[in-house]
Amino acid sequence: MSQRQVLQGLEEYRKARLQFVQRVAEQATRPQNLETLQSAGVISLLRPLLLDVVPTIQQTAALALGRLANYSDDLAEAVVKGDILPQLVYSLAEQNRFYKKAAAFVLRAVGKHSPQRAQAIVDCGALDALVICLEDFDPGVKEAAAWALGCTSRHNAELSQAVVDAGAVPLLVLCIQEPEIALKRIAALALSDISKHSPELAQTVVDAGAIAHLAQMILNPDAKLKHQVLSALGQIAKHSVDLAEMVVEAEIFPVVLTCLKDKDEYVKKSACTLIREIAKHTPELSQLVVNAGGVASVTDCIGSCRGNTRLPGIMMLGYVAAHSENLAMAVIISKGVPQLSVCLSEEPEDHVKAAAAWALGQIGRHTSEHARAVTHTLPVLLSLYMSTESSEDLQMKCKKAIKGILPKCTYLPALEPFLYGAPPNILKHVLGQFSKVLPHDSKARRLFVTSGGLKKVQEIQADPGSLLQEYINSINNCYPEEVVRVLPKEFEVERRRKRLLFFLTAHGTHLSFMSNPQCLPLLRSREATEAQ
Amino acid sequence: MATLARLQARSRFLENQYYFRNSVVDAFRKKENCAAVKIQSWFRGCQVRAYIRHLHRIAIIIQKWWRGYLSRKHYQLKVEVAYYTMKMELYNAMAVRIQRRWRAYKVRKYCFNYFYYKQYLRAVSEANETVREILQEYAEIQESEEKKAELEREEKQRAEEARKMHYLLSTKQIPGIYNSPFRKEPDPWELRLQRAKPLVPQRRRVQQKQCAGLADWLACTSARSFPRSGSLPPINRKPCQGPFRNINEVLEQRYKPLEPTLRVAQPIDELTPARQEFQGQEWVRNISDKMFLPFSSHHKKEKYMPSLFSSSKYDPISCRKQGFRSENPGKWICDKDFQTVFPSVDLFSKYGKSYSRAGQIV
Repeated sequence: MSQRQVLQGLEEYRKARLQFVQRVAEQATRPQNLETLQSAGVISLLRPLLLDVVPTIQQTAALALGRLANYSDDLAEAVVKGDILPQLVYSLAEQNRFYKKAAAFVLRAVGKHSPQRAQAIVDCGALDALVICLEDFDPGVKEAAAWALGCTSRHNAELSQAVVDAGAVPLLVLCIQEPEIALKRIAALALSDISKHSPELAQTVVDAGAIAHLAQMILNPDAKLKHQVLSALGQIAKHSVDLAEMVVEAEIFPVVLTCLKDKDEYVKKSACTLIREIAKHTPELSQLVVNAGGVASVTDCIGSCRGNTRLPGIMMLGYVAAHSENLAMAVIISKGVPQLSVCLSEEPEDHVKAAAAWALGQIGRHTSEHARAVTHTLPVLLSLYMSTESSEDLQMKCKKAIKGILPKCTYLPALEPFLYGAPPNILKHVLGQFSKVLPHDSKARRLFVTSGGLKKVQEIQADPGSLLQEYINSINNCYPEEVVRVLPKEFEVERRRKRLLFFLTAHGTHLSFMSNPQCLPLLRSREATEAQ
Repeated sequence: MATLARLQARSRFLENQYYFRNSVVDAFRKKENCAAVKIQSWFRGCQVRAYIRHLHRIAIIIQKWWRGYLSRKHYQLKVEVAYYTMKMELYNAMAVRIQRRWRAYKVRKYCFNYFYYKQYLRAVSEANETVREILQEYAEIQESEEKKAELEREEKQRAEEARKMHYLLSTKQIPGIYNSPFRKEPDPWELRLQRAKPLVPQRRRVQQKQCAGLADWLACTSARSFPRSGSLPPINRKPCQGPFRNINEVLEQRYKPLEPTLRVAQPIDELTPARQEFQGQEWVRNISDKMFLPFSSHHKKEKYMPSLFSSSKYDPISCRKQGFRSENPGKWICDKDFQTVFPSVDLFSKYGKSYSRAGQIV
């Protein structure tokens, strides 16, 4: 009788503990409770429960800690400071699979926040225990361990190196070959996190034979797995030509293109990224992509999605076109330019526009034929460059693109609008093109006069001796002197002076500024605003 | 003498005349001298000027010749240079013409073949077209598969629903709700219900309670599955304050090998493995795998037919089980059959631990 009473007391205590832990774990799922829990010192309360005799309580305590640490960096720091990690690591090797899963969850939740937390995990020797967990029979344990390793190695190269040194890579590669989709997914994610930092780490992953297994899974119907696999391959391929060639040698090529037709946006994006990382290295690899029809399918992919998903595809077109004129021509005949111009004019975000502008610049900078293909985007580029709303980077990219395209552009009707609205630094290039083309093309000369271009050129005020003046002179030299003189140059100059006078008086400036050379930029800026 | 006398007579006169003459001469001497100097200076001046003029003329002649000589020489040089440059320009122009032709030829021949380029671009666009087509096909196939799967899922769901609603089927006497007598044709659901199999009421599986009971807890604390409390070494290996045992002692206790009781050490189904092992041994020792039958009893080879009365398709085990088990499956604790084990005599396994030979409590 007395034995039963004793046991009953123990039982009650056990029930209370279990109830407490379960309640805390449940409350930790709601973010609004976490502050209160933390201020109540729940972490120090949960710590002894990790050592509890009842495995359910241990697991639930670990789960609660994991949820707490998952929420924010502060809580993760508190978990680290609470000396909980060594305890977890110690028991990770010994306990049953549920506990292992929960412990790996805590490690993951702590390590995902910042490099310092991940370093704390490495310091307490968790990696070896996690690697041992990768050899477990239970796929759930493997998944949790692989996830924790991935979260640890995500932050920087040193942490990744630590994970590699713990011998995780071959086991992760084994995990990829398991039948469970979730495990494959997490293992691919971990491999991608490891290989993204440096060529050496990527080489380690490649040496473990990951590429062949990853490449096999591209056709898997699971979208998330596809995404992870493609991103892992992309992270491997991005480092060097050798690695990219190894990825290509796994015969990913016609297969990857099917992913560009996928329904899932992430799969599309990561497939585009993979192709971009391969194409950016050498002209040969780009050529390979082009021959496989990659450019056409990427173009279609750009057309089929919106926003940020387009970005890698746009950059891929730019990289391919940057390598050589033949490749740029291949991009043009793959109908890449219309898509890019659509991106340039329709995308709301500046960085996508900037990428499109850059890609167009890369396409148009080779020969006049290339430039002719992209001339219709020049006004858009110019308006983006002039617009005050566009970001600095976008303006820079637009300017570079315009400066790359203009020296190759020989199609004068497209250039003529630039005479009216372009700032002087671009006007210089435009006039340079006119001065190069007009002496050799009589029809264009006639057209230039009748369309009023020549008159506009006379109106341009250039400092004597400058490049601009030289160009103007050489344009004038193409025509008989009478034609040039008849144009109402003097009248225009007079009008300008009057306007300046008005401008200066309107702004309360003294008239002696008129003779000052400083008033010249004022006049320019005024004109530029008027022209807008 | 006379002359002398005459002279002497005249000497006075002569003297006067001499004086007079000299004085006259003296009076004009200076003027004359000046005039003479003037005349001489003029003359000499003219002479020197004439000479200088002569020299000048000579010098000009010399210079003229010299300069002519020099400039002729210089001009010749200039002409030569001009001729040379003209020649070189011409040569260069010609060379450019030749190079232009040659380079164009070479580039067209070896570097940039226009037709090859065209062909390449055509090939690229064709490849693009084929890839686009293939991808389009692929996407269509994907889509159709997805649609098919969707339809199948819906069909399955509907079938399931029909099975659930099978009780709404109309009978001979009463038309169901889908078979309204006011309608010309019955609802399609009616037909579906006709086709569907009615759902058999499933026996409810009794879930074991989530919360583990006392017995479970005791099982968990046994050395077989989990370490006992306090088995973990402290996190920082400082000796704990308080009346705790030495850590090595604790560890030794924790990793002590299992000491099962006599009852636990002995397997409950000892007989079965022994029998199996015996059979295996026998099989190994056999010379022939065929069943040995004596020749005399050949007729006994035919299969044994049990009597209709002595045999039954209800095997005795299941029959017996039914007797032991509660009829209501809701009250079953586990799904497994009961194992028939004799109850152990718990008292004996505690011999020497809780009681002595004399029956006294230790």
